[in-house]
Amino acid sequence: MCCTKLSEGAAAKFAELDAFIDGLGIQRTDERRRGRLIQVLHRAQEIFGYLPREVQSHVAKKLYLSEAHVSGVVSFYNYFTTEPKGKYCINICMGTACYVKGAEKVLSEVERVLGVKSDTAPTPDGLFSISSLRCVGACGLAPVMVINGKVYGKLTPAKAVEIVNEYKKLG
Amino acid sequence: MNKITSREALINAFNAAKGKLALRCTDIHDINAAKKEILCCGGTGCHASNSQELMENLRKYIKENGLENDVKVIQTGCFGFCAQGPIVKVMPDNVFYVQVTPDDAKEIVESHIVGKKLVERLLYVEPQLQARIHDYAKMSFYAKQKRISLRNCGMIDPEDIEEYIANNGFQALAKCLFEMTPETVVQEVLNSGICGRGGAGFPTGLKWRIAAGVKAEEKYIVCNADEGDPGAFMDRSIMEGDPQSIIEAMSIGAYAIGARHGLVYIRAEYPLAVNRLRFAIKQAREAGLLGNNIMGSDFSFDIEIKLGAGAFVCGEETALIHSMEGMRGEPTTKPPFPANIGGGYWGCSTNVNNVETYASIPVIICKGADWYSKIGNWKVERDEKGHWVKTISGNSGTKFFALAGQINNVGLVEVPMGTTLREIIFEIGGGIDGGREFKAVQTGGPSGGCITKENLDTPIDYGSLMRIGSMMGSGGMIVLSDKDCMPAMAKFYLGFTKDESCGKCTPCRIGTRRMLEMLEAICDGKADEKTLVELEDLANTVKDTALCGLGQTAPNPILSTLRYFRDEYIAHVRDKKCPAGTCTKLYQLVITDACKGCTKCARNCPVGAITGTVKQQHVIDQSKCIKCNACINACPFKAIVKK
Repeated sequence: MCCTKLSEGAAAKFAELDAFIDGLGIQRTDERRRGRLIQVLHRAQEIFGYLPREVQSHVAKKLYLSEAHVSGVVSFYNYFTTEPKGKYCINICMGTACYVKGAEKVLSEVERVLGVKSDTAPTPDGLFSISSLRCVGACGLAPVMVINGKVYGKLTPAKAVEIVNEYKKLG
Repeated sequence: MNKITSREALINAFNAAKGKLALRCTDIHDINAAKKEILCCGGTGCHASNSQELMENLRKYIKENGLENDVKVIQTGCFGFCAQGPIVKVMPDNVFYVQVTPDDAKEIVESHIVGKKLVERLLYVEPQLQARIHDYAKMSFYAKQKRISLRNCGMIDPEDIEEYIANNGFQALAKCLFEMTPETVVQEVLNSGICGRGGAGFPTGLKWRIAAGVKAEEKYIVCNADEGDPGAFMDRSIMEGDPQSIIEAMSIGAYAIGARHGLVYIRAEYPLAVNRLRFAIKQAREAGLLGNNIMGSDFSFDIEIKLGAGAFVCGEETALIHSMEGMRGEPTTKPPFPANIGGGYWGCSTNVNNVETYASIPVIICKGADWYSKIGNWKVERDEKGHWVKTISGNSGTKFFALAGQINNVGLVEVPMGTTLREIIFEIGGGIDGGREFKAVQTGGPSGGCITKENLDTPIDYGSLMRIGSMMGSGGMIVLSDKDCMPAMAKFYLGFTKDESCGKCTPCRIGTRRMLEMLEAICDGKADEKTLVELEDLANTVKDTALCGLGQTAPNPILSTLRYFRDEYIAHVRDKKCPAGTCTKLYQLVITDACKGCTKCARNCPVGAITGTVKQQHVIDQSKCIKCNACINACPFKAIVKK
């Protein structure tokens, strides 16, 4: 299996993904096997952190689908990413409630401090990547940012930078 | 819990479980009661404010005081009053604490539970009375609400099916299975007048009648939980706070239309809701309330969860169905409608309803269409049997709104149809944040429009909101004040629809991008009055020609802001000024001679754009300034102004 671009431990990750897919009992003859694709891609992204081409082709093979179809689905949905993420994923909510409470200023300040733009490659040390997302539903706490699943609310640009610096210290 | 194999078994389960809610449903409020329950909000908002740790601390101190047999800590769903979270309610005392932190747990246990003395500082200050009160029913936020579909949210433990049963759960399903035919269920829903709460407002009973009329072996019933409208969190709150009601309602719908399979299409961005729903389905299966021969009847039904992957357009039912089939979530033209053969999931007849619609169904069945249809401002023509013939005006029932933006009481509210916007914003919502001036309220999210103060007395129903250029939408309500710039709001929404356009049809794919570019030019001061004419023209063209609801409604924020706030657009293009002072390219920050030279601004500037010596007027280097406004907030002398 070609895993040149993926980090070490890729074989174990593929094995984990295969165990999941095999558990679904997908048959080549099943006309509805395609319905499992998004579920499998979610699991694959949980395992690998992102969906590089190798993973996409692997999923295509296991589900008896064309690579073009898998790639088309991956590129359509915002939740799927083909780029690796930093150790800490900073998601800044750009839903309407957060926007009117100044989320744009929080985002641009975090971008400025870390020196990377949102939805691009992580910082050179691999610690942080920034994304903007649309509403986590915690509008009572607007503006909100989520770092690796933990929600931070009622932010100001300065407060957001303070929180990011705490993570930086952790390394 | 034992498997429920008959209607009698359900009644037995109800009798066995009802004691669980005794302390919560009582009218006798007594702080001296020995047995108590401490309810803590376990919704996403309060979770984010450490409600988990708060609960652990409460349990710890209860144990330390040897009270674990008498006092229980229970995690409930959302209370709705998110601005004041985390919320803790002590029953049967009927005491409502707000903004409780994990550190407050000790005082609540020692003072309130042990010492029988209220923790005054954690009580809510009712602005109208200027006093701290403990009874939630007297708070203006709750007083005007009518919580029918949200009855269980903030009341029961969403992870305990017995508590759902204790509050009459699954009685509606039992009534359908043992007293009603599928036809009478459809008729009852039709007579209730409930319309699709996802936003389009199509009568739910009619939708069910169409699906029921299709002759097919394989049919599907789908719950649309792809709540994509940014700033809306109604569906999330129900799924987190009362997931069993969705299961019961989908079962009722399946019985009515003749489906055996249910699917819930839910956003992956709502992990807590997904987990609660998964757990609820597992519990329902174990209790025999999902699966074969439910409660010993001939009816069999089960539900599967399908995760979304972040695409707003998937809230459109044909796109949603394609996404569940493992394809790109692109919409297709209707007909065929999902209910038609060839139009639904894998080509089978499929009925799609929204979460909030489902949440209302069990109450309609239990209490009857007649009862439900009297709530709201519905005027209806009926035949001699009392059956629905046509709607004259208004709508029946209640509607949820997620109040957010520049408003004091951010939260989830449920009000009868026909309530006015003024009541929602100024009475329930407590008015504008920071005492600023109300400017507009945006309903319907990126597909809706803004409503100005002239229309604040409009009763809320589908038709009335359409007439004033907005729409009901799913229930997001974003309140804007005088510091919000309307062209910038339109730009924000177009940025959203441009990103979310699936690209299938040209008017939407290219039209949203061109409209966004024009709005950017307007907000940057690079546009002239001709741009406004072109923008309006293009907006109308996209509205008329796009394939699906997303594209057809994408121009609404532009058209409605142009209609009500044209003067703001003119100020941007003619005078190159932003009246609200938010468009950064249209102002400079300047330090006036009110400056005392305290150096606070220079120390707070993140880019080092401010220079000056102590006790002398400072200066901002305009080439370095990023207009983050940190200096304005730091200056104690109000010496920094936007020019």
